[in-house]
Amino acid sequence: MSREKTWKEISPAGVSSKSSIGFLTGDWKTYAPIRDLEKCTLCLQCVMFCPDGAIRWRPELGKIEFDLGFCKGCGICANECPAKAIKMVLEQE
Amino acid sequence: MEITKMTRQETMALSGDEAVAYAAKQSDVDVVAAYPITPQTIIVEKFSEYVANGEVQTEFVCTESEHSALATCLAASATGARTFTASASAGLALMHEMLFVASGCRTPIVMAIANRALSAPLNIHGDQSDSMAERDSGWIHLYVENAQEAYDSIIQAFKIAEDTNVMLPVIVGLDGFTLSHTLENVEVLPDDIVIGFIGKRELPNVLTHEGKTVPFKLDPDNPMTMGPIALPNYYFEFKRQQEEAMKNALKLIKEVNSEYARVSGRSYGDGLIECYRLEDADVAAVCVGSTAGTIKATVDELRQEGFKVGLLRLRTFRPLPIEELRSALRSVKVIGVMDKSMSFGGEGGAVFHEIRHTLYDVEKHPQIVDYIYGLGGRDSSPRELRRVYEDLLTILRVGHAKKTINYIGLRE
Repeated sequence: MSREKTWKEISPAGVSSKSSIGFLTGDWKTYAPIRDLEKCTLCLQCVMFCPDGAIRWRPELGKIEFDLGFCKGCGICANECPAKAIKMVLEQE
Repeated sequence: MEITKMTRQETMALSGDEAVAYAAKQSDVDVVAAYPITPQTIIVEKFSEYVANGEVQTEFVCTESEHSALATCLAASATGARTFTASASAGLALMHEMLFVASGCRTPIVMAIANRALSAPLNIHGDQSDSMAERDSGWIHLYVENAQEAYDSIIQAFKIAEDTNVMLPVIVGLDGFTLSHTLENVEVLPDDIVIGFIGKRELPNVLTHEGKTVPFKLDPDNPMTMGPIALPNYYFEFKRQQEEAMKNALKLIKEVNSEYARVSGRSYGDGLIECYRLEDADVAAVCVGSTAGTIKATVDELRQEGFKVGLLRLRTFRPLPIEELRSALRSVKVIGVMDKSMSFGGEGGAVFHEIRHTLYDVEKHPQIVDYIYGLGGRDSSPRELRRVYEDLLTILRVGHAKKTINYIGLRE
């Protein structure tokens, strides 16, 4: 861990010196989404509905990815999925 | 003060609000976002006329509330734009949350406040409760005495706010109706002199998350995040930076005042405080805003009668010019602070607290009493202000005050 900077060393106005990619915000969820790949039609509704951008469409791989580091477990994806392919399950540890 | 030969000024008949709008027009503002509220409305009304007539290149945004108005100004200012708005009373109160975001994001917005009482009961008239309630919002607070100073201060405010050592938003307070709606002769500078005086907005370089050192502004080519989140390990450091910016502003406000004097021939004390017949005064009033005009006449009258009285007008309320106040008031024996707002349950108004705090560390404490006056636009007559001085002279004679907190013009 690097030394924390003094007020004279940091940029004004809270300008971020680091990207938010490294600041995981999804570690407190109660439920996590689990996808049934057989039911999923890749309609991408979940990608559009996710309020945190935690579901990504990877066209080069032809698949979607859940980033659990940012998922808060709100369940909107499961609720919106027309194919009922997403289930919210209690996180274990 | 000498006026440079090339500076030819025009005399215009302007109300305080119109003077503010005219100054904003000349200041080459990029974005104005505002919502109307009495007694400020004329400012944005007048400015929207300039926009409609094509007299300015400003983007004028009509928002659905004052909260949105300041949020819009904040966003515009963050892109490096020169930004202006105006408000008063409940409108300023609705902005409260965004005031802190604007100062925390170090956006140099200039906002005119036509000072007005707060509800309830509903009152549209002038007092300083609205901006005094925003004392700790991290904005620079300037208060003016007349329409001329309102014009001059708006121009100065942009130069103060945008300085890279300051980068803080500025409130310019003018007393509602007394100044906002009263016509005065106002000397205005030519457009090019105003633009030259303020200069271009400069931006300091900052380090972004991409590791680039780029100018401090929102720019798609060099993305950065301003004021997103600071946890307990960093938030405090950003607040300390704001305090330093306030200290820098103290020095800059004085410099801008002198520089403006060279251009216009007008100055307001040292920019922070204005002393009137204070040098040998035994008793003095300290006031903020337009009442200083009436008090100066009262001081002249009492001086003619042989009383050693004076006035200190606090022009810059934030940052508080502690050293200047101590030095100016060092030999005054009795001080009467004039407060046009109340701090309920706080024993006196905001200005009283500040002045008492300022003079705590001096060797010989003067007697300091508070006079709360003019709430909800109640007129303060020369006779009433004379009574304040008579009261101060009595305290000087008998050596102590009967009452520390006094109400002027209130039916007891």
